[in-house]
Amino acid sequence: MTTKTLSRRLLQTSVILVITLGFASCTMMGHYLKHGFVKAPAPSEFGLGPRASFGGAFTATIEPEAPLKVGKLQTVHVRITNAAGEPVGGARITIDGGMPQHGHGLPTRPRVTGTDGDGMYTIEGLRFNMGGWWELRFGIASAGATDSVTFNVKL
Amino acid sequence: MRIKEFMAIAIVLAAGFAAAGTSAASVADRWTDEERELIGSLSISRLGPVPADPSNRVADDPRAVALGHRLFFDTRLSSTGAVACATCHDPARGFQDGTALAKGVGTTNRRTMPIASGAWSPWQFWDGRKDSQWAQALGPLESPVEHGGTRSQYARVILTYYRRQFEEIFGRLPSLDGIPEQAGPVADVVARAAWDALPRYTQDDITSIYVNIGKSIAAYERVIRHGRTRFDRFADALSSTGHEPAGVLSADESAGLRLFVGRAQCINCHNGPRFTDDFFHNTGVAAARGLPHDAGRALGATQVRDDEFNCLSRWSDAPRPACRELEFMIAEGPELERAFKTPSLRDVAGRAPYMHAGQLADLDAVIAHYDRAPSAPSGRSELKRLRLDARERAQLVAFLRTLSAPLDAPAGMLEPPR
Repeated sequence: MTTKTLSRRLLQTSVILVITLGFASCTMMGHYLKHGFVKAPAPSEFGLGPRASFGGAFTATIEPEAPLKVGKLQTVHVRITNAAGEPVGGARITIDGGMPQHGHGLPTRPRVTGTDGDGMYTIEGLRFNMGGWWELRFGIASAGATDSVTFNVKL
Repeated sequence: MRIKEFMAIAIVLAAGFAAAGTSAASVADRWTDEERELIGSLSISRLGPVPADPSNRVADDPRAVALGHRLFFDTRLSSTGAVACATCHDPARGFQDGTALAKGVGTTNRRTMPIASGAWSPWQFWDGRKDSQWAQALGPLESPVEHGGTRSQYARVILTYYRRQFEEIFGRLPSLDGIPEQAGPVADVVARAAWDALPRYTQDDITSIYVNIGKSIAAYERVIRHGRTRFDRFADALSSTGHEPAGVLSADESAGLRLFVGRAQCINCHNGPRFTDDFFHNTGVAAARGLPHDAGRALGATQVRDDEFNCLSRWSDAPRPACRELEFMIAEGPELERAFKTPSLRDVAGRAPYMHAGQLADLDAVIAHYDRAPSAPSGRSELKRLRLDARERAQLVAFLRTLSAPLDAPAGMLEPPR
């Protein structure tokens, strides 16, 4: 193989490389245009739990009354346990959330409307008004411990 | 050797481009599972039956529908004798008036909203300051620029012209001999003073007739639904067969639909079979020239919470647990500033001009607005620039034109009563 052939090969390879990279960057551009610039978490981060709170004080699991969907007001039950796996009764729970990629919060003000006194809390008034990635954050305060847990839900 | 090598690479490259070209061409009639699901979710077939209105016990009473039909077209329900609900909500124009600002006895600050399928909407008006169709109907009646009258005037109209029909539905009417011709909790100081001078039980008798006028009009409005469009035929066929049906949407309309559920992100807010999320958004629509500041939902939310006729009021027939929308609504916060209700897009092509004060003349201007995403005159716009080209903008407009169909209502309900 001559030096000339080698340099030509190099040129050809780089042309192909540039084209390939070009296509790749277009695809990524499309991705950003579609999903905004806040990156969604990995698929393993989605779901209804059980999920540990930020500081590890609690574990929460969401049990929806019916499958979560866009549109209707819905009710979910949240089961909360402590680090030892025991149910946490009498906790104060705040609910917050929204769509990080759209920069807006929840369209309603859901709140705890009941509890079985043994770690299960009923939350009413939850609504998702569009499809996509939603965050649901529960602030949990019980017996001196305050912590929060964030769920990622795909509607 | 060198030539052979070059030829081989050229052939590989050419084949690659050709493959890319082929896939680009066939993408036009192939839909992803996600797209198919989204398109199916927009079909009118998914709408279901009209939801119950527990706040209105005559909501589905045919006698109330018939009475409401008459009241809707009755110009005696106005201070001038010239304005009825149908004046602005003209059934010949899809129950709207085709003008930027509604004109009753005066001129309002808002665009008339259409009423079809309004029974599905938890919030009424652009700012959601009413939470039922009957409470909505009572707003314009006492507005000084719409019907311009008062509830005592309207009670007298009922006693004089509708006594029999009214009593059949709502029971015996109270005797209201000698009530003032004009009295009500309105802006007009004379009518207001006359109202304040009435004993509480007389006020309540008058208000109960007034409320039942609203409930009858609502019963009528509930039977007016959106019709089945060309888009719905397309969506249903796509959902059931998995394939795009031939000859239902043109290539441009179909491309517009793809943009609608995809890159243009229209479906973020215009979702579900009515193409609305029933929520309020600041989309950076310019202030209308000459009008006072409009805070949108920021004001509407406090108004509906405090409304005399809301779901929790004593005039509502709903038990407290049925008022969940009101119970869990957001009443304050920066997101509500200049946020307006997402309107349905059904029949949108037939109701220019657009936006809450008719600021945009046609659909081209609407799409250009969303593409440009200007900042809001107050609050923060939720829009982000779309960077659509002229062809894509035209495709979106073409798609929006597939969402029109004649309204669906029982015989005679789209015309004045006989």
